[in-house]
Amino acid sequence: MQGFWFGLIAILWAGFFVLEGFDFGVGMLLPIVANTDLERRIALRSIGPVWDGNEVWLITAGGATFAAFPEWYASMFSGFYLAFALLLTGLILRAIGIEYRERAATPNGRRWCDGAIVVGSALPALLLGVAFADFLRGVQMNAAHDMTGGFFALLTPYALLGGLTTLSLFAFHGATFLGLRTTGEVADVARSLTRVLGPAAGVLALAFVLWTAQVRGGALSAALGAVMVIALLVAIAASRGGRQGAAFAATAATALLLPVWAFAALWPNVLPARNNAAWSLTVHNASSSPYTLKVMTIVALIFTPVVLAYQAWTYWVFRARVTGELADEHGYGDRGRVAAVLDKAGESARTTLGKPRKQAVAPPDPVR
Amino acid sequence: MLDKANSATAVDVLCEVSVDPTMLARWQFASLTVYHFLIVPLSIGLTLLVALMQTLAYRQRAQTAGSTEAGTWDRASRFWGRIMLVLFALGIVTGIVQEFQFGMNWSAYSRFVGDIFGAPLAMEALIAFFLESTFLGLWIFGRNLLSPRVHLATIWLAAFGSVISAYFILAANSFMQHPVGLVYDTRQRRVELTSIWKVLTNSTQLVTFPHTIFAALLTAGAILLSVSAWHLRRDGTTVDPVHRKVAGLSLGVIILSVMGVSLVGHLQGQIMTDQQPMKMAAAEALWDGKSHASFSLFAFADVEKGHNKIDIAIPDGLSVLATNHLGGHVAGINDVQKQEVAKYGPGSYVPVVWLAYWCFRLMIGFGALAGLLAVLVAVQWRRGKLETSPRLLRIATWSVALPLAANTTGWLFTETARQPWLVYGLLRTRDGVSTNVGSGFVLTTLIGFTALYGVLGVICFRLVRRLAIAGPDPVGGQSDDPLSGGPVDEHQLSLA
Repeated sequence: MQGFWFGLIAILWAGFFVLEGFDFGVGMLLPIVANTDLERRIALRSIGPVWDGNEVWLITAGGATFAAFPEWYASMFSGFYLAFALLLTGLILRAIGIEYRERAATPNGRRWCDGAIVVGSALPALLLGVAFADFLRGVQMNAAHDMTGGFFALLTPYALLGGLTTLSLFAFHGATFLGLRTTGEVADVARSLTRVLGPAAGVLALAFVLWTAQVRGGALSAALGAVMVIALLVAIAASRGGRQGAAFAATAATALLLPVWAFAALWPNVLPARNNAAWSLTVHNASSSPYTLKVMTIVALIFTPVVLAYQAWTYWVFRARVTGELADEHGYGDRGRVAAVLDKAGESARTTLGKPRKQAVAPPDPVR
Repeated sequence: MLDKANSATAVDVLCEVSVDPTMLARWQFASLTVYHFLIVPLSIGLTLLVALMQTLAYRQRAQTAGSTEAGTWDRASRFWGRIMLVLFALGIVTGIVQEFQFGMNWSAYSRFVGDIFGAPLAMEALIAFFLESTFLGLWIFGRNLLSPRVHLATIWLAAFGSVISAYFILAANSFMQHPVGLVYDTRQRRVELTSIWKVLTNSTQLVTFPHTIFAALLTAGAILLSVSAWHLRRDGTTVDPVHRKVAGLSLGVIILSVMGVSLVGHLQGQIMTDQQPMKMAAAEALWDGKSHASFSLFAFADVEKGHNKIDIAIPDGLSVLATNHLGGHVAGINDVQKQEVAKYGPGSYVPVVWLAYWCFRLMIGFGALAGLLAVLVAVQWRRGKLETSPRLLRIATWSVALPLAANTTGWLFTETARQPWLVYGLLRTRDGVSTNVGSGFVLTTLIGFTALYGVLGVICFRLVRRLAIAGPDPVGGQSDDPLSGGPVDEHQLSLA
């Protein structure tokens, strides 16, 4: 049961990295890929309908940790106090920037929102990698599982490498997403950016995986780390070859594998103590009672598929590429609703897939 | 020398401030929660009311095609949808902080009750947060991609998500007020869950949840009335019909919610007398228990001597409130203190009485005033004199302040009057705080978040004000994009 919850929390983090990863990427690349206001709106519209739902993966990971491993939740959040306060500040800035940008009355107001989006995307992207690196390396803890190191003990070179890895990976992921999901200038700049971001993410991820292999983990995590780096190499090759669908699928796979690899390396620890291995928090000494785990397992088994189904449906509804074309006001008129919806679906499909020959490149569905 | 002495004093003062991390953590939690709770009743209530308006628009579309009434509810739902989204955004971001604060500032508490308390929080995220955020995204951007019926369903699902999120978080809070479904594990020194059903159907929860939802509807109804009254006063008889319709809706919502919130509140008072006698005694500043207890209207207590100096009261009021009959016995603060000392050992079990007393009174007072105001407006409306009563409309413009004040004082009451307990009878607040987080950090984040929230509050208020003054889109010029404030501009984005 503890193993199930360890795995489920890993999956929640994986979902968060895949989905919110490209949202962070789009946010931090905003001023680079989009110069004019229209371009920025196109870039933001590509994540507009989904970013908020994607963020819930993090909230659910936090909630699941609280319910299944209260000791882990308590130690982690109190020990990474300032880091999580900064993460929250970033998430607040980004959300407000995205939500209020369209309402800003002046160009200056929009610039402030853009700034909030960039900072609020880059800061969490960096901090998440720092946090994961610290989990992997282990933290200073006492026998009561209270972390004792303080904030700056968390900022080691290894942790910064982890932070830069997620930062560059999410930027790359965001660029492949924009290349796939937008058109025109925004997509062109994003595609050319992948030529820089891909190799940067590749080098950092390789270094991070190699260094981690010296610190923690066994054969399984080493294998997963290798697969992760290979997926990243595939993404670099695919983006160089102009295959945007494949490039995005590969960056998504990399983002998915990162938490899976880290959790595999940690098992059975959830928060290892660096100063004394006996004080480590493991899936056994951090977990809730069997009854609570049973209740939560039933809830998770019922509702996780439901959530996946409607989030997948959302991506299907918004599968059309975002274009800067003028809005065409179409009412439902006298034609039946079904006919209208079918017409729209056809239109969307044509816009998404471009020429009929290209139908082989189906839009990847990151949820599945 | 003098400088040195001075700086030493300053450091001493700082140390003095920093010795009590519990107090700082409490200030942080209280200020962030109160702020969150200013926004959330508005966003929950408004989402429900926008869903209702869109339902009326959906029905109206079929019924009144071609008449002058056509499209009024549609324009109302789009107009209020815009305002709702501005508030919703702030509600979401301040809510994320809440979820992480338990672990950050209250890690000892999280360890002690996590086995029970974590479950409703995780359910809230998995069941409610995904639902509201995903379907809100669909609602905002899907207006042209979904059929009207499916689009209507998305706003209802988002509203449903926000209501069940309230259910789960209030179930968690009710556990702190009245712990049920648990067993104490001596080996791990924590409480463990024995029945999730008992936690989710806690008798405290069954009255707290409707009380809060009625309060949310009251708050949302009041903001509808505020904005509509402002437009009615400015434009008189030439006012956009949207505002007349919405004002009518708001009056119904306010009057029904005030009735609902008071009836449930009455039940809540009785359950509270039974489960947390100290809270009820503090709410009334009733120092010594008595039968025929009167409901105090104004009192000035001498806390050290344990009695009131001045007390103006309604005879038998409290007895009726607490026990449902004249002459019912209500325990006093001094009695409960003795009982709790016998039960839990020496110490003071008395909360800050003046705070509990005044918050309780102000909560009831502000709520009642909102109801009274709505009745006055409704009477003038019936007499056909509403547009010619500028003074009443001017007062009604401020109506949203009343439920906001009632929500805040009610929240402060229920949390502060539980003190010194964090989980009633099980864990004291001072034992729940994170021991490894320095007060400097808590102070830093307290100041940082307060400043950030302050700035966001000003921005949010100005945005809502601007959208409210701009009013609904003109007839026939609706923007398809609820994110853009005005009519379609030539750079409108297209998804199709």
